[in-house]
Amino acid sequence: MSRPLFEGWEAVIGLEVHAQLKTHSKLFTSCPVAGGSTADLSPNTFTDEVILALPGTLPVPNAEAIRLAVRLGLALGCTIDRRSQFSRKHYFYPDLPKGYQISQYEDPICAGGTVPVAIGDAIEHFALRRIHLEEDAGKTIHDGRRGESRVDLNRAGVALVEIVSEPVLHSPEDAVAYLKALHRLVVWLEVSDGDMEAGNFRCDANVSVRRPGGELGTRSEIKNVNSFRFVGLAIQGEIVRQIQLLERGGVVVQETRGWDEASGTTRSLRTKEDAHDYRYFPDPDLLVLDVPDALFEAEKAALPELPNLRQARFVASLGLSPYDAEVLTQNRARADYFEVVAPHVEAKLAANWVINDLLGALAKDGLDLAESPVAPAALATLLGHLQRGTLSSRMAKDALAAMLKGADGEAWVRDHGTQVSDSASLVAAIEPILDASAGQVADFLSGKDKVFGFFVGQAMRALKGKANPEELQRILRERLEARRP
Amino acid sequence: MSDPTTLSLVQQARAIKDGDLSAEGLVQSHLDRIDAHDGVLGAFLAVDRDGALARAREVDQQRAANVPLGRLAGVPIAVKDQIVTRGLVTTAGSKILAGWVPPYDATAIARLREAGAIILGKTNQDEFGMGSSTENSAFGTTRNPWDPTRVPGGSSGGSAAAVAGHLAAAALGTDTGGSIRQPASFCGLVGVKPTYGRVSRYGAIAYASSLDQIGPLARNVADAALVLKTMAGQDDKDQTSLPMPAPDLLAIGPHFDFGGLRIGVPEEYLGDGVADDVRERVRAALTRLSDEGATIVPISLPHTRYAVATYYLIATAEASSNLARFDGIRYGHRTATYGDLDELYARSRAEGFGPEVKRRIMLGTFALSSGYYDAYYLQAQKVRTLIRRDFEVAFAQCDLIAGPTSPVTAFTFGERTTDPLAMYLMDIFTIPASLAGLPAVSLPVGHDGNGLPVGLQLLAPPLQELRMLQVAHGLESMLPPAVCPFGLSEAT
Repeated sequence: MSRPLFEGWEAVIGLEVHAQLKTHSKLFTSCPVAGGSTADLSPNTFTDEVILALPGTLPVPNAEAIRLAVRLGLALGCTIDRRSQFSRKHYFYPDLPKGYQISQYEDPICAGGTVPVAIGDAIEHFALRRIHLEEDAGKTIHDGRRGESRVDLNRAGVALVEIVSEPVLHSPEDAVAYLKALHRLVVWLEVSDGDMEAGNFRCDANVSVRRPGGELGTRSEIKNVNSFRFVGLAIQGEIVRQIQLLERGGVVVQETRGWDEASGTTRSLRTKEDAHDYRYFPDPDLLVLDVPDALFEAEKAALPELPNLRQARFVASLGLSPYDAEVLTQNRARADYFEVVAPHVEAKLAANWVINDLLGALAKDGLDLAESPVAPAALATLLGHLQRGTLSSRMAKDALAAMLKGADGEAWVRDHGTQVSDSASLVAAIEPILDASAGQVADFLSGKDKVFGFFVGQAMRALKGKANPEELQRILRERLEARRP
Repeated sequence: MSDPTTLSLVQQARAIKDGDLSAEGLVQSHLDRIDAHDGVLGAFLAVDRDGALARAREVDQQRAANVPLGRLAGVPIAVKDQIVTRGLVTTAGSKILAGWVPPYDATAIARLREAGAIILGKTNQDEFGMGSSTENSAFGTTRNPWDPTRVPGGSSGGSAAAVAGHLAAAALGTDTGGSIRQPASFCGLVGVKPTYGRVSRYGAIAYASSLDQIGPLARNVADAALVLKTMAGQDDKDQTSLPMPAPDLLAIGPHFDFGGLRIGVPEEYLGDGVADDVRERVRAALTRLSDEGATIVPISLPHTRYAVATYYLIATAEASSNLARFDGIRYGHRTATYGDLDELYARSRAEGFGPEVKRRIMLGTFALSSGYYDAYYLQAQKVRTLIRRDFEVAFAQCDLIAGPTSPVTAFTFGERTTDPLAMYLMDIFTIPASLAGLPAVSLPVGHDGNGLPVGLQLLAPPLQELRMLQVAHGLESMLPPAVCPFGLSEAT
């Protein structure tokens, strides 16, 4: 669906996402992958003879990487090519040790498929062109001051999937929504840890503009943007640049542009004239990439419920608000956590507590539910007390705070007692206070409603805060009225 | 015992097991011969004197302690410099790798060492395997022990010269389009190119990945079979290595019944362009086989005439890619002065590679270029399929195919270097088996008028090394031994 950004123009956007696969070793060797960010590691420590491209070394594909690519393809409804092929993509750069990157060209492992994205209240399915496996390059660090460049191959050879959309996006907002949905999905499927700061989820955007219904315009490619916000800004800026150029009578040239964070604009890196001839050809060191039946069937059988479906189910069958459902399906750990809690108590109550109280508290320490010190079963028990009235909301919050610090919930309830709701106990606490406060009682009965709070406070104190507030107020009013002469 | 270097590899291995020879003595005898003769021959680029002697002493200690010895215990083997040897400088005959000391062993080397073999040193070759005379080495000339005014063939010329000159019991070569078989033919040796995938390529510096195979050069079939058996078998580090058990090549018996054996002789292999002496010697050997009961079947391999063109497209395309890693960044030669990155690449590679390597990189780069890929590389792959089919059709009519290994015998230095095309065309008989991935063996079947060895090539269907070598062994036993006269008079 087209959403014109500028009157009389339509933007056409295709995205290429590189997601690092969650494998222990690199794509073509048993050399281990550095966990998390490689920024803090000594350079060139995660290498071996294959990564260094020493003469005579050969690549051997990592079965786990193939498994993850198949899983992603199945989840996105792609056609899995059971016999795809690795090709060599040639260019010279110091962080590309072999002088070529092993990638897939003519026969990618996944073709077609869609990414489901929530746009407003609807789910749109954005078409994919392909997903292919490839190895990452290393990192070159230029030290302009010393006139030196240094190469770190820790990242070289790490397994990536490149997820290529068709040019079916038409606004920066759609592009960002697509990326967020895709990001949630790869993390959900445990295909990638999606750490954007570590560069594990990077985006290139192909952008062109045209008159609606007209021929496709010349596109430019914006390379390597690694935050959702910057992708949106970069695309927005590029659309504006192209429209202004065309409206002044200029022409868009096919080129690669880089996003400059400081200026918030893109600038030309290279034009088509100096584009590489990558001289792709099938890698003769590698056999046809055969996806075995057992792997294919196992992945198909083990495919988890996808986030958008789970989100819809939370709304439809649990009655959650669309917002709550989205928050609770932001990642699989959240959804799983919630689904342990939800059956035991009212779903909306569970959602409120998980989102507002638990997630809120964890977020202060930068944690998510996956790292919650409070197990979902413990939270369910706690909320059971709340729902049955054996704990007040106040007490439950206190209990949760203690549980977050490591306390056992049931022990806390034993120590602090349950809520006082029975009328006899409440009356027994209230009557002596009323007896001792004849002045305030008179004030109340003469219409000064404000003093009611005084009685509530006194009674709560007498009951050490454990009074059921609703019951306390009801009985307090009842006993006060009983004293009206 | 007289000079042990005159013994065959099998005899040497037996003598060490039996205690008739010490490994140290055997290695020392070979080192002595290297000292005496390699100045003339130029077979070796590096000799691991200390390492070889130390390893030999270990073998002797093992034997003294009654530790069971490996199949090749104490046997000194020379290794083509294309094959990576841990701790021993490996250059593939190229200046761009001058001084490079690998931190790992090729799988074939690891398996030989495991079997007790002693790696004597590294042998000269055409740079990265690109050549047919060893004249394309960056590190000097290797001479043919049969006639030191002539080339040993190539690209595994140093390995061939070392074995023919009795400087090593056997040697490893690599064969991409004939680089084991042709020098074996020129030096009167047995040279085996195994089925593609039979021996792991891990640690063989890649020239053309879909064609390269490691194989043995030896002075007789049994020696070659023993070395091949030791190296063969699947390797987790090479996806193209075959999950087939290594053939039991030790089953090669002294007698072979040729009755019922059908030997196909391609009409294309004995036509014009084959030297008369070569044709005659090959025909005579075939006659011997038919006298013994084999049937000679005329066959046709019609796409043979496209084989050289096909090979030089595929091999150069793969080479242009495989040699991209020699960029002066991580190892190997880096130019002394450069202004920027492009200049670093251009100068390092211009200085490091020789003219034939540059020629092939340019040919291959062109063949893979956008707009030319379909017409050249892809077309060559289609013709390769047709060549493979030729063999499938032929092997329905015969068990083995026989012909000359090379259209000529060893030529003199400089004789063919001015015309690269003429040099390429000499590979006409070895290239088809490479393109089809078939096993092939060259063995000596007599001499030309100059006393130079003539080689006969046997080709077999994939994985049929055992039968191929049994027939070669049978033929060998009917012919007078090809004893290279080089330097042996004073040694015996």
